[in-house]
Amino acid sequence: MHLVIIVDMARISFHSSHNKHMSAYRAIAKGAGRSVGKHMDDQVLLDRAFDGFTELPVKGAVDCDVHPAVPGTGALLKYMDDHWREQIVERGIDGLDAMSFPPGIGALGREDWRLPAGKPGSDPDRTIKDVLDGFDLSFAILNCLYHVQGAYDENMSIGLARAVNNWVKAEWLDRDPRFRASIVIPTESPELAVDEIDRLASDKRFVQIMMLAGGEIPMGRRFHWPIFRAAEKHGLPITVHAGTNYRHAPTSIGWPSFFVEEYVGHPHMFQMQLLSLITEGVFTKFPNLKFVFAESGFTWLPPSIWRANKTWKAMRVETPWVDRPPAEIVRSNFRFTLQPSDIALDGTGLAKTIEHIGSDDVILFSTDYPHAHFEGKRALPPGLSDSQIRKICIDNPLATYPRLKEASR
Amino acid sequence: MAKHIVARVEDIPVGERKTFSVRGRAIVVFNQGGEFFAILDKCPHSGAPLSKGTLVSLVESGEPGVYQRSRPGEMLKCPWHSWEFDIRTGQSYCDPASTRAKKYAVSVEPGCALAKGPFNADTFPVSLEDNYVIVEM
Amino acid sequence: MNVQLKDAPTGTQVRGNPGKLKVIDGDVHPIPRSLDDLRPFLSKEWGEHLTNYGLRYRLPYATAPAYPKATPALARRDAWPPEGGPPGSSLRFMQEQFLDPCNIEYGIMHCLYPIPMMERNLSFANALSSAVNDWQYHEWSQKDRRMKATISLSGEDAAGAIKEIERCAKVSRDFVQASMPGRITEPHGRQRYWPIYEVLERLGLPLAIHVGGEGGVPGGAGWPSYYQETHHNTSFMNRELITSMIFEGVFDRFPDLKLVLVESGFAWIPALSWRLDRQWLRMRDEVPHVKHPPSHYIRKNIYLTTQPMDEPERPDDLRDIIEWIGWDRLMMATDYPHWDFDDPGLAFKVRLTEAEKRQLFSENARAVYRLD
Repeated sequence: MHLVIIVDMARISFHSSHNKHMSAYRAIAKGAGRSVGKHMDDQVLLDRAFDGFTELPVKGAVDCDVHPAVPGTGALLKYMDDHWREQIVERGIDGLDAMSFPPGIGALGREDWRLPAGKPGSDPDRTIKDVLDGFDLSFAILNCLYHVQGAYDENMSIGLARAVNNWVKAEWLDRDPRFRASIVIPTESPELAVDEIDRLASDKRFVQIMMLAGGEIPMGRRFHWPIFRAAEKHGLPITVHAGTNYRHAPTSIGWPSFFVEEYVGHPHMFQMQLLSLITEGVFTKFPNLKFVFAESGFTWLPPSIWRANKTWKAMRVETPWVDRPPAEIVRSNFRFTLQPSDIALDGTGLAKTIEHIGSDDVILFSTDYPHAHFEGKRALPPGLSDSQIRKICIDNPLATYPRLKEASR
Repeated sequence: MAKHIVARVEDIPVGERKTFSVRGRAIVVFNQGGEFFAILDKCPHSGAPLSKGTLVSLVESGEPGVYQRSRPGEMLKCPWHSWEFDIRTGQSYCDPASTRAKKYAVSVEPGCALAKGPFNADTFPVSLEDNYVIVEM
Repeated sequence: MNVQLKDAPTGTQVRGNPGKLKVIDGDVHPIPRSLDDLRPFLSKEWGEHLTNYGLRYRLPYATAPAYPKATPALARRDAWPPEGGPPGSSLRFMQEQFLDPCNIEYGIMHCLYPIPMMERNLSFANALSSAVNDWQYHEWSQKDRRMKATISLSGEDAAGAIKEIERCAKVSRDFVQASMPGRITEPHGRQRYWPIYEVLERLGLPLAIHVGGEGGVPGGAGWPSYYQETHHNTSFMNRELITSMIFEGVFDRFPDLKLVLVESGFAWIPALSWRLDRQWLRMRDEVPHVKHPPSHYIRKNIYLTTQPMDEPERPDDLRDIIEWIGWDRLMMATDYPHWDFDDPGLAFKVRLTEAEKRQLFSENARAVYRLD
């Protein structure tokens, strides 16, 4: 209890200490580093960190990573079956937000996107105003991070997943025709996951299936193939979102002390999964399946695909079903959401990175609302050509999601 | 392109390999199942001596978990980074279009045929009764 | 004369480095013929312990690595000494095959068998640490002046590690750094390891972290199936431990500590650096003790060895990467005698100027290790 109060106090004093007229993100950036400022060069770099970011020059973009927040298990009660409704209340089951993404963390709720009350992203009307209208979008895909994957009881996990999917459908998809959503599944139970995919797939507003980057066993393993088979059957990509159910320490060197440390480490889980999906032969088995890595970052891709190619040349006999260079598989079967765009603080790096990746088909526009990655509506990092912007915002998402392409006709 | 007599057939028994210097170039000649293959003794990737590599099967697969083995002994695996080269073509398995080990034509000729020339074997005593391994370079 | 019927000396000749560039090799692996070679450097009691219990690592197999390697003994197939013993166990053969023809001015040794810090019995780990260090010094550095030793630490016992560092530093300047594996009990930035960093900074010895360790699950995605995945994973481990050391404030507290990351390539550093900076910008109130953007410490405190060489699809892209990192941060390493060996003459697939070569092949290492 004490801890909660201390945290809240910190936030209150933090809110009152900044200039209201400053752009919200910069306020976070400045407030977050009160100790910085003595070092002039550093400060200049920080002040200019968002120079060159621009607003979307096009209407009708598709935002491929938006987070609706479940207010609590109470909000889900009417969307779950009788058994779990009673158990949730009887046992006081609540507070199931993911430790990977605690909704109270400042960087996960941009100052100007926070609500007067409740978790950032928990009010559909605000999301409509801030995101759908704010960025003049044709569609926004909702990735609900409420942590149904965390439950060790697989029956509880599917009970919660059904409730979350029903809640998204009733409270969000039915609210605005521009919303689309990912099907949340109990990933540690592929059989139950497939039931849930089959239950919802006929609703074309569910455009993909969501898994988390960290799980009990690597994603490519045969254990998960029933999920991929169902995805292929229904023409649904799989989105892999940052986060983990903490079945293992989130890094190879153990438990990081800090949230920022863990957050920086997400791409390593993604890279492990990318390798796993390739080496285990998922694309031999399901050649048309697309994986969308969300909130993964993507500037780490070039060294990763180079090394994967090199190691494949040495060790391909270990996995002879991988019959082409991993970089080619990445360019054909993997997609990456735009935010966070981890480019250099001075704004450089993106154009060369895309050249190194060898394709501008792989990036999909996202705001990652309500997480804070940019200022105002300037969601596009510097270094993109006009045609790349058009592709990232519209063409690439439509090519990735058959259901969006159909709906946009 | 000239023909070079590098060895008597019996000098490189089945399953063995031998290295030679021909016109200043290190080459390795393999006797794989009675057939001879000559390759520049230098991996096109990082220069490793291919004569120290292993001859392994071709392993392919159309299905995860299924290993289809064929052509035993016909893939030359680099002793360093394990890149595989087709001993018949020199082509890299992973990058056949642009990476290949330099390969030379090899033939076996009886000594009586060699006597007629033209062959480069100035200091090599050729006996009419033996068979010889010839490398074209 | 067109035909010579004598064997060319393949396997022992230099493959690259035709211009005879001097090389300071940041990662050479000598190995005892067997653990018996260490007995002269172990007490009678620890010798008996070795006989009765052997090494106890956090691995499923008693005497094999968790993931079968690419080749026997992880080695180049041409590196087995003719006189017997595993690759890397014969100084004579190493000189003949590698040190002389590749023009190695200095070779920085990393002995990976045993790795004291992987031993679970900490008292035995301390004994192993001293034994490995003495063995390097007497069997290698004293027999070939090119071979520089790395103090292999038993760092889970910080007090024991400090004693060993101070002991070795007194013995000789042939000990040029101290090392820990990439995966240990806790992330490297945690304060339990700080007393070690304090001593290293004071003595001006770099801390080398060589990939490996294999203690516990190798990442948040769980246990991969294949060696090719674990080989690649080593670069994630290095990204994670840099993150840990920067955010815990190691380099704010020990500003002169040099960190050398060994054997996981380098092309990943720029993107990590960018991500560290951008995410620190968002959340630096969580780590107020970190006074500069993380990239500052990467440019100031961190060095990387080059092997295994990153090979972009377009070779020239490597130049962008090195420009982003800075030419003064990288040190050539061959990893001799291991299978993923980088030949000094042929490893870089991108054209380098003579000045750039000198930096990468010797001058950076000369400065880091204060070699003559």
